[in-house]
Amino acid sequence: MRPSSRDDFIIAIRSAFLKKDNKQKFSLSALIILTLSILILGRYEFKIISYAKLSLKEIAYRSTFIFSTPENLIKNGFFATKNHFFVYKENKILKEKIKELEIKKYNSQYLLSENQRLKETLNELNFTSNEILAKVIVDKQSPFLKSIIVNKGSKHGVVLGMGVLDKEYLVGKVVEVNFTTSRILLLSDLNSKIPVDITPNNIQSILSGTGKDNGKIQYIKENLLIENENEVFTSGAGGIFKPGVPIGTIVKNNLDSQINVEFFSDFSQLRFVKLRAYLSEEN
Amino acid sequence: MTELARLSIFKQILEKGPIILLFISTLNEFDFNYLGLKYFSFNFPFILIYYWSLKRPGSLGYGLIFLSGLFNDAVVGLPIGVSSLSYLLICGFSSYLRNITLRPNKINDWFFFGFTILVVNSLIYGVANIFFNIQIVYEDILVNILFTFLFYYIFSYLFELYKNFVYGASSV
Repeated sequence: MRPSSRDDFIIAIRSAFLKKDNKQKFSLSALIILTLSILILGRYEFKIISYAKLSLKEIAYRSTFIFSTPENLIKNGFFATKNHFFVYKENKILKEKIKELEIKKYNSQYLLSENQRLKETLNELNFTSNEILAKVIVDKQSPFLKSIIVNKGSKHGVVLGMGVLDKEYLVGKVVEVNFTTSRILLLSDLNSKIPVDITPNNIQSILSGTGKDNGKIQYIKENLLIENENEVFTSGAGGIFKPGVPIGTIVKNNLDSQINVEFFSDFSQLRFVKLRAYLSEEN
Repeated sequence: MTELARLSIFKQILEKGPIILLFISTLNEFDFNYLGLKYFSFNFPFILIYYWSLKRPGSLGYGLIFLSGLFNDAVVGLPIGVSSLSYLLICGFSSYLRNITLRPNKINDWFFFGFTILVVNSLIYGVANIFFNIQIVYEDILVNILFTFLFYYIFSYLFELYKNFVYGASSV
């Protein structure tokens, strides 16, 4: 009797998944079962799997740093060449900006002292911060996850949820801490949600990542009160970040009424970042 | 004698070429973000694993493929095991195609690759989204799948040249 096409299919599947090839040390099905076990145990955070993950990540991050050296050289060369072409134009813009900033500096000094005085009068919370400077060792922003790896971990005092700043601009928060490395979820990631304050009207909202280079404002009723060039700061709601850390500016899209945020910091250019834990203390 | 030994070492390194390339690509995650090409990404390990497990299964060990998947997850930030599962499933699909094919055909392999990455990506991102609550930009994945599918044809040609150079034209 001739085998049917269904039999052929089953034989081919069995041979592909169950039979161990001569040149292979493991059968495919055994490895698939092992992977599924890792996934399931990892989902329920089994201790052995968690420790294995930590070790694996330490090795992977360090190896990636070494393997990425040639690519980083090309990347830096590319940016250096690109910047070189715009030096003259950039210089002109920067000179104008310096003038504007000098005026703003004097204003903000006055506002700061006034703010401090008013806070003391109201007996509000003050924030102190612990800061750790870290170097970005892996900057592989995959199309699915916008994150970076830095060379500081639990050994250096990094804890989950720390705010991450580039200069004084917020860029993300710590979502994974290993012994000597940590992963930072950037604000542009789809899974990132930060409570923000939009000035000058002080509108409270949530800034969500888009998976691209910008963010978007969500859950808001007062659409009309928000205008282009409005500035976005952390609101401090939830107690993770200090209020008033600058994030970016509003860019309104007239076509679909979406409110986007252009970040102050360029996430593709991060080299060193500051990890900051904010501790509130009452006056 | 020394010359012969040197040649033999060189040949051994060339034979390990695909697995070395796999580890470099997972640890390095070739990306073109700095070029500012917003809608351009492709999954090189998928192409590499599919081609070599289809054409020369011995050149990529399943154990090493599994390990490279774990490294990829650590680097990219996906739950550990997701990439390993996708890589192993690709091996299974290519092994199935090898078992049912009498006369290999490039176009056939190419379209089966398209089907394979569609199934594997759907499964993997389904798992990531449902069980690990990871939000995904679906249009990015579709673009990634499309470019991976298109690039397979180019890379299969390059790998064919490499295979003929290292193992000879008649190798299976």
